[in-house]
Amino acid sequence: MSQATRTQTGLDALAAMFARTRAEGRAAFLPYYPVGYPTVEASLEAIQAMAAVGVDGFEIGIPFSDPLADGPTIQAATQVALRNGVTVRRCLEAVRELRARGVHQPMLLMGYLNPVLAYGPDAFARDARAAGADGLIIPDLPPEEADLLAAACAREGLALIFFLAPTSTDARIRLVAERTRGFIYVVSVTGVTGARAALPPGLGDFLARVRAQTDCPRVVGFGISGPEQARAMSGLAEGFIVGSALVRAGGQGVGTVRDLAAQIKAAIGRK
Amino acid sequence: MMTAQPPVMTSALPDARGYFGEFGGRFVPETLVPALDELIAAFESARHDPAFQRRFADLQATYTGRPTPLTYAARLSDYLGGARIYLKREDLAHTGAHKINNALGQALLAERMGKRRIVAETGAGQHGVATATVCALLGMECHVYMGSVDMARQRPNVFRMKLLGAEVIPVESGSRTLKDAINEAIRDWVTNVTTTHYLLGSALGPHPYPLIVREFQSVIGVEARAQILAQAGRLPDACIACVGGGSNSIGLFHAFRDDEDVDLIGVEAGGRGIATGEHAARFADSARGRPGVLHGTRSFVLQDADGQITDTHSISAGLDYASVGPEHAYLRQIERAFYTVATDDEALAAFQLLSQLEGIIPALESAHAIAEAIKRAPTMPRDAILLINLSGRGDKDLDTVISALGGES
Repeated sequence: MSQATRTQTGLDALAAMFARTRAEGRAAFLPYYPVGYPTVEASLEAIQAMAAVGVDGFEIGIPFSDPLADGPTIQAATQVALRNGVTVRRCLEAVRELRARGVHQPMLLMGYLNPVLAYGPDAFARDARAAGADGLIIPDLPPEEADLLAAACAREGLALIFFLAPTSTDARIRLVAERTRGFIYVVSVTGVTGARAALPPGLGDFLARVRAQTDCPRVVGFGISGPEQARAMSGLAEGFIVGSALVRAGGQGVGTVRDLAAQIKAAIGRK
Repeated sequence: MMTAQPPVMTSALPDARGYFGEFGGRFVPETLVPALDELIAAFESARHDPAFQRRFADLQATYTGRPTPLTYAARLSDYLGGARIYLKREDLAHTGAHKINNALGQALLAERMGKRRIVAETGAGQHGVATATVCALLGMECHVYMGSVDMARQRPNVFRMKLLGAEVIPVESGSRTLKDAINEAIRDWVTNVTTTHYLLGSALGPHPYPLIVREFQSVIGVEARAQILAQAGRLPDACIACVGGGSNSIGLFHAFRDDEDVDLIGVEAGGRGIATGEHAARFADSARGRPGVLHGTRSFVLQDADGQITDTHSISAGLDYASVGPEHAYLRQIERAFYTVATDDEALAAFQLLSQLEGIIPALESAHAIAEAIKRAPTMPRDAILLINLSGRGDKDLDTVISALGGES
């Protein structure tokens, strides 16, 4: 399977993922996990373990010194990763290693803009694709600043994911729907990343407002931490991201991450 | 249209996308985009609203104490034996620094937008004090984020902010200085954006902040230009100001931008020396200071080869920042302004010299500009004129200076 998957573009891989989850009548489950927490090897094992559980895809976090969209859990984890010497190059190598270890799901690199600029947008897109990544998610890059990177991603067949937030106007929803490639990352709440006890009350209305403007897949992130919230996502959106809760579990060991991912996976339906 | 001269001026840059040439822009999480659009709209309507302008001008005159004087530094000029030195006395503005100019303007904008909860970052504490002050004046809720390293070295300002009714929140992440305080202020803003205005204190951050802060600070240069013409009969040979984020310097420079014979000189924090790596000199350190994106704007940023933002050092908390306002990067690129450095030791010497010769204790930030005048004035003829922005007073720095001088002065 892995050979066939790798000849696809990143956009094709995401489209295939959504086709499958749609056929199964459920939302796609995409864990976020940063390279290098609590160690590089432990992070690779955590991602491998979640792949084996049958999650649908990954956001592979690239650490940054000033993660201003992240809450305390991911801040702390990515600072540990930086102290472990993790660089952009090391993150690209991690994707390559994960492919070699048989991880076949779509992998999206998620990190802040400055390290990508320092690497060089064209070189980054080329090397990301060569390593086996399927796309990029950059929280401090709104679509109107993204021309350079969007062109580089288009050349490599990589997804480039833009965001919507509860504060987004209908005009912003149309702009983001037009520019995003792969899916729309729907931020569930005004705020930073972090596990929250319940889904925000206005989320259903917000997702409906997005659907009224576009058919693009909607993947919900920020604040989804466990099986209950994950179960609620099927029927609301095409996918969801779990970050802080899995990262916190990762601090306790690979087995804890695997167990939480398996519980969430079980909550949303069959493999 | 009864107002005299409007305090807020316009000029061609930034462009509609917030760019000064290749610098500037708006690199923020999507959640904040509508808030920035709202801020642009509020600013544009306010600057064409005579009632807003009248209220702002009235508070500047009756509350801030504008215009601030221009002082001829006779004994310092005689001592240095070259150019005549004039000091623009922002230290005499209410709260003791230029920061009140922007804090007052933005608080009035927040009121116009119906946002009564204010968050701010502060380094030296001067912007935090100015923000806490205008919040007390206008009856607004105020939360100030401050790195714990800065809280330790600017204790009097921490106490002042609390006295003024603000909550001061210590920031323990990263280098625990200004950069980290901005991260936390942005995290608060993104969480509470519908009720909260982020009162950013320097000419940096995403568009429209570099524009708004420059316009509210440009009163410094507008006054200084008229004052030097009245007092000296001509324009200065050079304007000199310290550059952290760059608000006092852009406020001085802006009125002189079309005066081609006036050199504009910004002074960065040289810390323990460029070669030591312990400094905040974004322009002077050609190895680590490169174009990049930090806190929503593209400018020169101190970073490592991997694009991670590096820690900075300056004896002055207000200059201790890894990036610089995008308009400065542009002015440097087009060679309209020039940038140099003063080290901690040079700033300390200037701090003492100005105190002893003029009876003016400058902020350690402003002492960096004085240090450049000390180097430059003796090389210039007696009829030359240097105009220095004395951006703040130095009472807040006494603990730092006492410990740096080993307990004796």
